[in-house]
Amino acid sequence: MTTEPLEEDRPPPAGPAGNLIAATVVVLLGALAITGASTLGEGPGTWPMIVGIALVLLGLGLAARSRHDDPPERFTRGSLLVVAAVAVMAGYVTVITTIGFEIPTVLLAFVWLRFLGRETWRTSIAVSLGTTVAFYALFVGALNVTIPHLF
Amino acid sequence: MSAVIDGFAVVLEPTNLLYCLIGVVIGMLIGVLPGLGPAATIAILLPVTFGLEPVTAIIMLAGIFYGAQYGGTITSVLLRLPGEASSVVTVFDGHALARQGRAGAALGIAAIGSFIGGTLSIVALTLVAPIVAGFALDFGPPEYTVLALLGIMLVATISSGGRWRALTAAAAGLFLATVGRDDFTSAERFTLGNLSLADGLDFVPIAMGLFGLGEILYNLEQRHRAVHAPAKVTDVWPSRGDLRQSSGAITRGSIIGFVLGILPGGGAVLSSMAAYALEKRRARHPERFGKGAIEGVAAPETANNAAATSSFIPLLSLGIPANATMAVIFGALLIQGVTPGPQLVTEHPELFWGVVNSMYIGNVLLLIMSIPLLGVFVRILRVRATVLAPITVLITLIGAYTVNNSVFDIGLVIAFGVLGYLMKKAGFDPGPMVLAFVLGSLLETSLRRSLLLFDNNPTGFLTRPISGVLFALFLAVILLPLAQTLLRRRRPLATGDAAAQSRTTEPAHPGDAGGQDRLAGSGGSGEGRGQGRRAEGHTGSGTASEAAGRTGSGTESGGSEDGRRPARSTASGSVDEAHPAAGPPATDIKEKE
Repeated sequence: MTTEPLEEDRPPPAGPAGNLIAATVVVLLGALAITGASTLGEGPGTWPMIVGIALVLLGLGLAARSRHDDPPERFTRGSLLVVAAVAVMAGYVTVITTIGFEIPTVLLAFVWLRFLGRETWRTSIAVSLGTTVAFYALFVGALNVTIPHLF
Repeated sequence: MSAVIDGFAVVLEPTNLLYCLIGVVIGMLIGVLPGLGPAATIAILLPVTFGLEPVTAIIMLAGIFYGAQYGGTITSVLLRLPGEASSVVTVFDGHALARQGRAGAALGIAAIGSFIGGTLSIVALTLVAPIVAGFALDFGPPEYTVLALLGIMLVATISSGGRWRALTAAAAGLFLATVGRDDFTSAERFTLGNLSLADGLDFVPIAMGLFGLGEILYNLEQRHRAVHAPAKVTDVWPSRGDLRQSSGAITRGSIIGFVLGILPGGGAVLSSMAAYALEKRRARHPERFGKGAIEGVAAPETANNAAATSSFIPLLSLGIPANATMAVIFGALLIQGVTPGPQLVTEHPELFWGVVNSMYIGNVLLLIMSIPLLGVFVRILRVRATVLAPITVLITLIGAYTVNNSVFDIGLVIAFGVLGYLMKKAGFDPGPMVLAFVLGSLLETSLRRSLLLFDNNPTGFLTRPISGVLFALFLAVILLPLAQTLLRRRRPLATGDAAAQSRTTEPAHPGDAGGQDRLAGSGGSGEGRGQGRRAEGHTGSGTASEAAGRTGSGTESGGSEDGRRPARSTASGSVDEAHPAAGPPATDIKEKE
């Protein structure tokens, strides 16, 4: 379980193009801030304008340094795990209000354990059910939180 | 003085004692478990604190923070795995001692050093914080503007991933803080017509997403390796000789930790490295370091605890968080309806002194628990990350919901989790972003008030004495590194030595300028594992392997494997074998070694 986060554990670096992409995102964010700020006008728009200009300048700086800076990590097949994880969570959010949190919680825990974590079937089922029961006892039973629940 | 004593009365209330205990236990746990750092943990637990009194909430959160400094040591010494970024340097001598069968002495001295460093730092905090606060009572909007800018700049300067990236993250954080209704004109800004955004982005989902979920997603890609329970630790009490040998290191570590902890961006990581470097430089036989010098454990462990404590000074006396974890605690205070600042001591003395004094109790609790409970914490290491991750995720998502009973907030957590993950992939530390987000509205409000005060003439910042001095400091922070870079370019040959001498953070070989830079980088990364992860993942690991290189004792590769190979072989026979914990979520990532 424990990880010693040595670099070898991480995906390999991407090329300097990765840095350029990051820089572009920053410039675009700055441009967005500037556009928004200019429609707001002086007063409410002044500060976002300053921040927007700073972002554009920083983005250009990052672009200029893209060859020297450490490159980002590459996206590997391992990154698909992250995509899957996010998809499961997105599903969780969309159904929780209609069917309550219990079933989505079991499913999310199970998918993360069995398919993302490659735990055994037995562990996956036991931990996901156990977690859900514990959460139910804690949030609904003990804390009486207003979370949507089925039972 | 009576306020200080009243503070003790606050701490000794059973509820507060209980939450202090809960806080330090959680802190030790996450310190032991590499994966989530204190910033992430505190962010995830923010919703839990809502139902609590402000004092109780902050006592618990503070306990998590300094408790984590204790816990991080255990895995550094026993397994050569720094549980926290601030324990990276402890690995060098701590693990060497463990290999000589003296793990107990290393852990004992670390616990004692932590206790002394923490306690001395609280005493100093008790004396210094009210003075700083009294001085800062005269601060007006211009001073706060420059102070906030200075804080962000300092944090960015020593952050991991480089200054440009940290500043970019900070600017993005400032931008996020502008979303919502403008305080002055009620104009809606960047809300995209979304009602949920009209009141601005909430701090909790941002912190939970960037630190908590981002961290978990980032770790999903990582290969996980089996860890076996280490040999039994015997003889936890250090010998009298060890104590004598460490006493100087503990004293100096306390001072370094206290001073560096106050500085924005300083904090536990940087001070542990600086303290180690100092001991090594002072030593009559520096070659002992890396081979099991007890001072090499005592100094950094004392310093990181002292720093964890003193980093509360800027927060509690100025209202400026000095690092990522403090930013989260700042957010927690705001949620409780308490605005940290110079008036905190006078307006909420029970909170101020309650929190400060709880640290005495917390440190005693840690000292009492850390040694007898060692076995328990080591056993906890057997819980696999693949099992912990979904549970943590669910706590995060459900917790985010409970804050405002809003599904939108869960969505925000996920969105910021993805952002945090991408930032880490690209080498951006999310710490400055959260810090800048927290300071964003303070900064904007003070800036606009100042400009009103100065009739829109920005030179007004220079003519007021305090803001002028702060502004000069601000410029120095920007210009000094620039000048350094220029000088280095002009004298490429002298770089190594110059860098080695000009820096305090250099446990690495003198002359290895690259190494220095990386160390400094990982140092600044602060407490947040948000950053710590990065620090370890890249810079820190550089450190560890360098250290091993120096530790040398003949074969570095042997040394590096010692920590791990048995991990695999002995693991057969332990619980881990049944479900090979090495069973990685990402097996496709290239096999190591």
